[in-house]
Amino acid sequence: MAEAKPKPKDVLDQLNYQPPRADWMDTPVEIRKGMYCYASNPKSVATLGLPNARPWNPTDEDWKLPENWQQIIHEGFKERLERFRSFKVFMDICVRCGACADKCHYFIGTGDPKNMPVLRAELLRSVYRNDFSRMGKILGKLNGARPMSVNVLKEWWYYLFQCSECRRCSLFCPYGIDTAEITIMGRELLNLLGLNIDWIATPVSNCYMNGNHLGIQPHAFKDMLDFFVDDIEEKTGVRVKPKYMKKGADILFITPSGDVFADPGTYTAMGYMMLFHYLEEKYGLDITWSTYASEGGNFGFFTSHETMKRLNSKMYAEAKRLKVKWILGGECGHMWRVINQYMDTMNGPADFLDVPVNPITGTRFEQARSNKMVHITEFTADLIRNGKLDLTPSRNDYMKVTYHDSCNPARGMGLFEEPRYVIQNVCNHFYEMPPNTIREQTFCCGSGSGLNAGENMELRLAGGLPRGNAVKHVQDSYGVNMLATICAIDRAVLPTLVDYWAPGVQVTGVHEMVANALNLSGQNERSTNLRGEEIEDLKAQSEGNADE
Amino acid sequence: MNRKYMFAFIAVLVLFLIAWIGASIGLQWLFGVAVPYLAVLIFVVGFTRKVLGWSRSAVPFAIPTTGGQAKSFDWIQDAKLDNPSSKFGVFMRMVLEVFAFRSLFRNTRMKLKEGKLFYQLEIFLWVGALAFHYAFLTVVLRHMRFFLEPVPWCLQMLETVDSFFRIEIIYPQFQFGLPAVYLSGIVLLAAVVYLAVRRIVIPSVRYISLASDYFPLILIFGIAFTGIMMRYVAKIDINAAKQLTLGLVTLHPTVPDGIGAIFYIHLFFVCTLLAYFPFSKLMHLGGIFLSPTRNMLGNTRAYRHVNPWNYPVHVHSYDEYEEEFREKMVEAGLPVDKPLEAAAETAAGKE
Repeated sequence: MAEAKPKPKDVLDQLNYQPPRADWMDTPVEIRKGMYCYASNPKSVATLGLPNARPWNPTDEDWKLPENWQQIIHEGFKERLERFRSFKVFMDICVRCGACADKCHYFIGTGDPKNMPVLRAELLRSVYRNDFSRMGKILGKLNGARPMSVNVLKEWWYYLFQCSECRRCSLFCPYGIDTAEITIMGRELLNLLGLNIDWIATPVSNCYMNGNHLGIQPHAFKDMLDFFVDDIEEKTGVRVKPKYMKKGADILFITPSGDVFADPGTYTAMGYMMLFHYLEEKYGLDITWSTYASEGGNFGFFTSHETMKRLNSKMYAEAKRLKVKWILGGECGHMWRVINQYMDTMNGPADFLDVPVNPITGTRFEQARSNKMVHITEFTADLIRNGKLDLTPSRNDYMKVTYHDSCNPARGMGLFEEPRYVIQNVCNHFYEMPPNTIREQTFCCGSGSGLNAGENMELRLAGGLPRGNAVKHVQDSYGVNMLATICAIDRAVLPTLVDYWAPGVQVTGVHEMVANALNLSGQNERSTNLRGEEIEDLKAQSEGNADE
Repeated sequence: MNRKYMFAFIAVLVLFLIAWIGASIGLQWLFGVAVPYLAVLIFVVGFTRKVLGWSRSAVPFAIPTTGGQAKSFDWIQDAKLDNPSSKFGVFMRMVLEVFAFRSLFRNTRMKLKEGKLFYQLEIFLWVGALAFHYAFLTVVLRHMRFFLEPVPWCLQMLETVDSFFRIEIIYPQFQFGLPAVYLSGIVLLAAVVYLAVRRIVIPSVRYISLASDYFPLILIFGIAFTGIMMRYVAKIDINAAKQLTLGLVTLHPTVPDGIGAIFYIHLFFVCTLLAYFPFSKLMHLGGIFLSPTRNMLGNTRAYRHVNPWNYPVHVHSYDEYEEEFREKMVEAGLPVDKPLEAAAETAAGKE
């Protein structure tokens, strides 16, 4: 990370979408610094009991594979074809029309043809044709088939960790072929050989043992929230009292641990705490945190379906142990794909919980009647809709806000209106980015699916180009200075990204904005925001910028 | 020269020569009866096996691509087609996907100009694909007249519509347009040329194309071309041809004389396409119906989807967690299930 980044203009000038002359199968993979993440730490792999834990280095010739690795891949491939119709159908029906090609943020940002979703999938399909189709076997390369080899394996590894499983390509595919699905299968196969990246493996192992990706131990987790308590008091004059693992509470709250750890996510965490305090003071709502289930995110999802299930199991287990009524989930991206499309199937039925009802408004969350988990923007939108929050949106007047739809709540859930409703009720200046870059067509931050490490910064900045470009557009057109989002990875990575592509824009969680606007009883004059910045100064600054 | 489309072209040329020579040396029975039966058999068995193979694979999770607002509150409009919460919504999403290529209609083209990205609507692939598939469908339906006697009224009507535009070029040396020109044939030919040229001309599409992408295009070009030749230029004895095709479907195969080699070439191309179909990407015809990102409901939090192979996994239980951190938790004032003394006693008891 210490190395100087190339200037944005140079990156843009050098972008070239012309594919090379040589056939892609004849172009061996070159594992380039800045584009890949470090190899998994053997200790983390061993903690989870996953195969082939050993130190290895992607740039080494020898990856220390098990002797029968080809057989493992073949058997694993076969098993997944039987277990997942998606995989089998997607291996067979692509016609290579090319509609997906320029839909991928990594292709747009790198110009590397193997980042076209179709070609990423062909990396696996070529082996599928060789191993599982007679026609492929007979015609070989002419039919796009090739045998598995160490070079092919390395190519898989390199490019499957250059896909953020954002599903944008699947929206445009005439058959709905989802590269996320193919990447998920490919990464599962790689994990059979112990070929994970450490940015995924270690958080997974941390989460398994300590309850969250960062490995924060229970007492330290409490310490961190206590620190926020002091911080909130300093800024608002109100001392909030978060609850931990309170048996018989109304609601268990789970959010990604990134929000208790790093700015600006921490302000979102403070936002939750203030909202919960408000609801308890005013309406007696009892919401508890847990240190055991202190992770909303699930990097197991980026390892294998089984690992995802192992990590996710804590949510229902803890809700059952604490005898709460239902679960409330914080702002996170892939967490919500897991909760929306996997959790109930994997670890349900959650028949020990109630159908979520907001006791304050009486709203029954029918959309979550089976899995019993509600998204915090649904929860807050319902409160605002029913006039249950005392808000002063003008405290956010210095912000000119735009909203980044995170991939998973967008294309793996369909959560578009609730966050917008909340945002528009807590601030007065909201501007949308161009239609081809938001909602179901939203672009990834470039760092999703466990690729938010430091060593692959070049990849991250390249992958973030389309998002950065759209932010720059609204910054230039409307003076936007704040990028709101409902994803913890976004909050962790977008500041770097916008610093690079649209300097001057800051990043916020939606509930940081809610908390800024929220009036607590017994509060001080609230002259600063949660970040401790004087609101009047910020207003003057923002107006000054607008005048220029 | 690109080896891939050259190979596909040569393959079709070889098929042409095989049929031509075969018809010329008196192998009419082989090319008019045996090969068609075999091809249809391969097509039916292969297609069925492929679809059954797909349907035997499990659908462990409900993974629709949600292309719009989910159904949530009654004050928020949900996207009934793009994020369906009812079976009817899924049905309509599939109908539009299958009959109108709705996802492809979304297609855009990205352009980088002076450091800014632009996304323009790119309609040509959608138009080309629609033209190709509907023209092909019309041609196939029209050909049903060769297998049915009497020809049903709906087919006759289709033919009337298809030949609505009259093009007639009549010179002593050259005649075209008698019989009436079918629009579908011309559109099919044009669309297949567009799809092939697009594959060759657009660099990124050329880069991802395989020989097996060019082959069906060139083969279908061959089919359309020989068909059009037969109808308008090198006119064949249509009654004799129908005698042969009717014989095939009634299982009383006959090989009338004097149909002309071009008919056998046309037929052999079609047979090749049928036999090739189940083993190729052409199976997208069946696969689209089974695509889990399109044919599943979006209401996954309201209804539990069942995974047939869901199995228990190793988890790290709360008890194990508390066991490890109990002292620290107590010290920090966090609640524990087992107080320190009780836990110590249990541990002592175990020893």
